[in-house]
Amino acid sequence: MQPQTKQEHIVEIVSDSGEGAQKCGQTFGTISAKMGNGVWTVEIIPAEIQPPARTPSGASGIRIRLGSKEITNVGNEGDLVVAFNEQVLYSRIANGAYKEGTVVLLDNRWESDRSTEIQQMYKKAVAEFRDHGLVVHELPIHEACLKVVKDPRKGKNMFVLGMLCRIYNRDKEMGRNEIALTFAGKAEKIITSNQKLFDAGYQFAAEQLGEYFFEIPTREDRSDSPMVVTNGNTAVGLGVMASGMELVSMYPITPATSASHYLADVFPAAGGFVHQAEDEIAAIAFAIGASYAGKTACTITSGPGMALKTENIALAVMAEVPLVIVNVQRGGPSTGLPTKIEQGDLLSALYGEPGDAPKIILAAATIAECCSMVVLARKLAESFRTPVIVLTDANLATGVQPWERPELSRDMLAPPLDQSEWNSDIPAYDWDEKTGLSQRPIPGMPNGEYVLTGLSHTKQSKVSYESAENQYSATMRSRKLATLQSTLTPPNIHGDESGDMLVVGWGSTFGAIEEAVDNLRTTGEKISSIHLRFLSPLEPGLTEIFSQFKKVITIEVNYSDDINAPMITTENRRYAQLAMVLRVQTLADVDCWSAVYGHPLQPEMIGNVLQERLNQLNKKTGE
Amino acid sequence: MFGIKADWSLDIQERYFTLDDYEGNEARWCSGCGDHAVLATAHRILRDAQLPPEKSVFVSGIGCSSRMPHYMATYGLHGIHGRALPLACGVKSRRPDLDVWVATGDGDCYSIGAGHWIHAVRYNMDMTVLIFDNQIYGLTKKQTSPTSPIELKTNTHPEGASLDAMNPNTVTLGITNASFVAQVVDWNPPLLHETLKAAHAHKGASFVRIIQRCPVFVDSITKELQEDASRLRLLTHENGIPVAKGVEKLFPDSVEHDPSDMAGALRIARDETEKGIIPVGLLYQNQNIPCYSDLSGQGVETTDEEKIAATNAALDVFAI
Ligand SMILES: Cc1ncc(C[n+]2csc(CCOP(=O)(O)OP(=O)(O)O)c2C)c(N)n1
Ligand code: SF4
Ligand SMILES: [Mg+2]
Repeated sequence: MQPQTKQEHIVEIVSDSGEGAQKCGQTFGTISAKMGNGVWTVEIIPAEIQPPARTPSGASGIRIRLGSKEITNVGNEGDLVVAFNEQVLYSRIANGAYKEGTVVLLDNRWESDRSTEIQQMYKKAVAEFRDHGLVVHELPIHEACLKVVKDPRKGKNMFVLGMLCRIYNRDKEMGRNEIALTFAGKAEKIITSNQKLFDAGYQFAAEQLGEYFFEIPTREDRSDSPMVVTNGNTAVGLGVMASGMELVSMYPITPATSASHYLADVFPAAGGFVHQAEDEIAAIAFAIGASYAGKTACTITSGPGMALKTENIALAVMAEVPLVIVNVQRGGPSTGLPTKIEQGDLLSALYGEPGDAPKIILAAATIAECCSMVVLARKLAESFRTPVIVLTDANLATGVQPWERPELSRDMLAPPLDQSEWNSDIPAYDWDEKTGLSQRPIPGMPNGEYVLTGLSHTKQSKVSYESAENQYSATMRSRKLATLQSTLTPPNIHGDESGDMLVVGWGSTFGAIEEAVDNLRTTGEKISSIHLRFLSPLEPGLTEIFSQFKKVITIEVNYSDDINAPMITTENRRYAQLAMVLRVQTLADVDCWSAVYGHPLQPEMIGNVLQERLNQLNKKTGE
Repeated sequence: MFGIKADWSLDIQERYFTLDDYEGNEARWCSGCGDHAVLATAHRILRDAQLPPEKSVFVSGIGCSSRMPHYMATYGLHGIHGRALPLACGVKSRRPDLDVWVATGDGDCYSIGAGHWIHAVRYNMDMTVLIFDNQIYGLTKKQTSPTSPIELKTNTHPEGASLDAMNPNTVTLGITNASFVAQVVDWNPPLLHETLKAAHAHKGASFVRIIQRCPVFVDSITKELQEDASRLRLLTHENGIPVAKGVEKLFPDSVEHDPSDMAGALRIARDETEKGIIPVGLLYQNQNIPCYSDLSGQGVETTDEEKIAATNAALDVFAI
């Protein structure tokens, strides 16, 4: 039988936590990427470490979107789901993860569970799912695993991997090899047992699910350059190493921590050190100390950690200490949604400190950029003698995608520690009047002695309360941003350079926005998009670009008021964060649509919003 | 110290440093402030050690005492309130070659920076920590500090401080990895000098609580101690702070205390709270405690080639 060709498919594996669904999905994603598909995977993570079994809130798993072109986001509703129990599907359904016709491959062990209560729950759920339009196949997955191993709770995931590899016509040998790689270092027994489960699953799908046999053609746009497959946090870690940094000083916080976990493993080989500080305040202070002493340093955190760091960020701005700060944004305020995505920290990154604290802010739009922006940030921090904040988010942090392997070179690395003699005629802040830039002495340099201070200071770093000095030094620090902006080019326009509507995005919504825009363009809409990587300073040319469109709208994952909601007027409407910045900077009447559902925006959702706004616009202009 | 070797030959030193080489801006503390004495002592210790000024870094938080780096001609990092210790640890972390000092106040260290204090003791990075304890918030004008005596009238407690003073030495001694804990008063220059010299020579984090005069806000606290030396108890031992005979005579109360005896150190420290007897000298020293700076400083010599190779090896793992 020939497999059916599909341009793309969205697969989910959902289970209780601890059943290995994520490992199964990651491996499946890697195999698919190796076979030349575009892939994006994202983990479904419950908030608790060990949530109660068989509950909707305990849903733990993974979504894999694979296709025959580059995949840049999680996509819309799923096509095929493997579920280890029926209860976990409820929360996915509530999240709108499935549609009519989504195929559910459900382990039927609960039908004959010893508890009659569980039996009934199971029957009820299956009936409800079918009413909902899902195509449910009840399969003896557990039973089939029992034939291979004594305890299928461990290993069922590899059985499912086998099933998926058959369904999507993956190279079987590659699957078996991938298992050997996944369990590398474990006992041979463990590897062969998992490979047996894999074989059994493969055969099971061939026998029981013959009708589900698909072929996803390889990407044609695939480049020949070597690729790596990682999530965004690992990419951040690789960026830290590629940039030649020596220190990461951190305090654990979800969803940022895994970047430091990764570095703790590999960083020492590059001479680096991960310092787990007593809190986020100490973490950044430690990094500032190291940077002051001439060693490039970075601190990686998430929203609540950023809040604690603000006073030190201001110190780094005031005293012009190069520093890279990575903020893997999560849902806020307060403890908020620790494991979920939000783009809620743009304004606090811009304005969170006391007084005027100009700094560079970058936002990674892809997993590759999680790596390259750290390298860029390190360079900018040093050249502009300032902290640089790199914003990523939970979506990038846990999303896995193949990306072009960076070609490492020496000029990515931090320069070696300079201990040459300082020219004592040059003050510690020898601000160039035009650019605000200056060179800094490093402890150990003879004749460079100065006292770095967060107090208002002169060129010589002497404490000064003089009004003119304060005005001057504030001007010099601010000028650096204008200088940086003068070196940037306007953003690329995705689509035509003029039209009805321009969508502006930043961060991890990149792929979903472009996909939505592409879909609308194929229906004839005059819509384009730009995606900003520099948020402070903003990329140049925005006013001119905006003027070519009837309407400009941002799409963001943060809170904004809906203009049609009760009590909301044009005077009290609270705008999404980038929209607010753009309105101020360009004086254009930038509209926004944003939401804080805690999950990544789906292209379809964005498409619907934009379609509605386009309809309104066309009605208004009488077209 | 004058470059003359034991065999009377002249040691050819390219650079010889005088006190001038360590003196920074003119100190702006009030006259009679104990901080002046500490500053002068630090200048002399560096001069005696002939450390190149560019190799020392004075790190501080915020407070009167935290102005100290500005009065040194070395490198300095005048940070933010409470964070002197993590800033200093960061400086030392990848620069084991630098000579790191910390100047912090009783508010800066024992209150807002208390968390960092505990952890800095545990890290035991090689640095000299001077806690200027005037038992008051000086810079912000007379608010109660954690070490203010109970009933002290301050601007935040006009009816008198309501809580007993904290005993910082019992805290420091109680933290795992405490390796050098000493106490001294600012108005006894030879003792101050010997104490800071011993602290500076110690490898590890040396915590010296300096009971410091603030004649402007709490003149009476230290005046009583100056006038009645029997409130102080001098700790003597061959492994302790060297005390000249003339200095020893100034202390009516002195006991021999072996600085390797932790139980004894805790007992002596506790007497300050329980009996009002203030120890001066070396409470505890242990030279065998590991320094976190030895760990964090590993790999500082890694070459560019090695860094690139390590990063490539890391990338290989994810290659498809
Ligand atoms: C975050 C923050 N909170 C409060 C202050 C105000 N402040 C500056 S110094 C200080 C207390 C200083 O007392 P201490 O550390 O004992 O130093 P002293 O002036 O007595 O030497 C305070 C509360 C500040 N600078 N920063
Ligand atoms: S206020 Fe007190 S501590 Fe501050 S400088 Fe004056 S005397 Fe010294
Ligand atoms: Mg004080």
